[in-house]
Amino acid sequence: MERLTPVEQKAPGAWQIGTVTRVKQETPRVKSFRIELPMWMEHLPGQHYDVRLTAPDGYQAQRSYSIASSPLDEREVELTIDRLEDGEVSPYFHDVVVEGDQVELRGPFASYFVWRGESPVLLIGGGSGVVPLMCMLRHRRRTMPELAMALVYSVRSGEDVIFADELGEETILTFTREPPAGWNGHTGRIDSELIGSAGLSDAGVFVCGTNGFVESAVELVLAEGVNPRQVRTERFGPSS
Amino acid sequence: MSDFISRGFARRRRAPDDASDRLPPGQYYEPGFPVLTAGPTPHVAPEDWGMRVDGMVRNELEWTWDEFHALPFEEVPCDIHCVTKWSKLGTSFRGVSVDVLLADADPQGGYATAYSYGGYTTNLPLPDLTGGKAWVVTEHEGNPLPREHGGPARLLVPHLYFWKSAKWVAGLRVMDHDEPGFWEQNGYHMRGDPWKEERYWND
Repeated sequence: MERLTPVEQKAPGAWQIGTVTRVKQETPRVKSFRIELPMWMEHLPGQHYDVRLTAPDGYQAQRSYSIASSPLDEREVELTIDRLEDGEVSPYFHDVVVEGDQVELRGPFASYFVWRGESPVLLIGGGSGVVPLMCMLRHRRRTMPELAMALVYSVRSGEDVIFADELGEETILTFTREPPAGWNGHTGRIDSELIGSAGLSDAGVFVCGTNGFVESAVELVLAEGVNPRQVRTERFGPSS
Repeated sequence: MSDFISRGFARRRRAPDDASDRLPPGQYYEPGFPVLTAGPTPHVAPEDWGMRVDGMVRNELEWTWDEFHALPFEEVPCDIHCVTKWSKLGTSFRGVSVDVLLADADPQGGYATAYSYGGYTTNLPLPDLTGGKAWVVTEHEGNPLPREHGGPARLLVPHLYFWKSAKWVAGLRVMDHDEPGFWEQNGYHMRGDPWKEERYWND
C-alpha cells in the first residue's frame, strides 16, 4: 500500500449547501440523489462526500456517502444511498428529501480507494458496495471504454439490482437468494469460478461491500495469486 | 458554523445519557465495533509476530510474542472514535504502554511512524505516544484481539481518531520530522484530534 504514489489533489473545500435536482428510486431500499453544488470540485472515481444534517435544536448528524456519478458531470454529484432501518441520515434522505431540497455537504474525500485509469481492473461489489464501483464504470465508459474493466456484482434478489439499466457486458451478476424469473446466469455467493470467469485475475482489484462480503471476496482473489498490495477494499456495516 | 437547518430533520439516534458528553463533534454512538481496512486482512500468527522500536534511537529494540508478554501489561479502559463518524464508548483493551517500549530505546527524534504487517503506516508526534497515552495491545474486552481488528497486536492511541491506532503493528520508527503515513497521504489529517474535528487535510 505504501508504494502507491499520492497524486496532487486539491484540499477539499468547506461545507456547502447543495440543491437536490433529481431523486431516482433505484430499488425498494436504494435511492440516487443528484445534487447541484455551488463549489463543485472534480472528484476521483471512488471518493466520497460527507453529508451533515442539522435539526432546529442544533443537533447534527454526519455520514459519508460514495459518489456514483462520473467527474465529467460538472457542478453536480450523485449520491446513491441505501436505507438503513436503524440509521439516522439515510432514512432522512429516503423519507424526507425531495427534488428542490437543500442539503449540506463537503468533499470530495479520501484518495486510496480510487481508480486513476489502471487497467485491466476487476471490480467486486456486494449490494450497495457497487456505488463507488459504478462511478469507476461510468467514468471509464465516457473516457476510455477500450480499457479492460470487469464488474462482479452480488445481490440478494432481482429487485435489489442497483443501476440495473446501466449494467453492460462487463458485468457478471450473481443472485444469492432469489434470482429473477427465467434467470439462467450465476446464483449463490461469489466463488472462485465466478472470479475466474471475470478473466482478470492478475489485475488491480477493488472490492466494496459489507466486511463479511469483502473478507470472503478478497480471500478468493488472493487464492488466484493476486498481489495483496493490488487489492483495495472499502467496507461498511453491519458492525461486528 | 452556518445557520443552515435541514428541513424536517430531527434526532433519531441517542447515545446513553451518561455518554453524550463523551461524543466528539460529528460523531455518533455505535454499540458495535465496525471493521474498516483499506486492503486484505493480514494473517500474522503470534509466533511470527514481533514488535520493533527503531529509527532515531540510541538502542534499537525488538520483542518476540513471548518476550513482549514478559513486559508489564495494563488494562486500558477507553472510548474510541473513528473518522468515519462512529464512536465506541466504554470499551477496553489490554497491552503494554508505549512508554515502556521507548524507555530503553532512548529516542533522539520527536516523531514516529508506526508500521504494520501488510504495509500500513501512520505518523504521530512522540508526545501523542508517551505520557500514558498510547499502548500496544493484544486483548480486547478480555479476549485475544481478533484478526480483523488488528490481532495479534495493534497500536492503541484512543485520544486520536482510530486510524492512528495501527492494526497488525510491527514497529515504531522514531524520526526527526513528521512524515505523512498511509491515510495522511490520502487526504486525512496529520494529527487527527477528534475533539478538534481534525478529519481531513486543512481541517
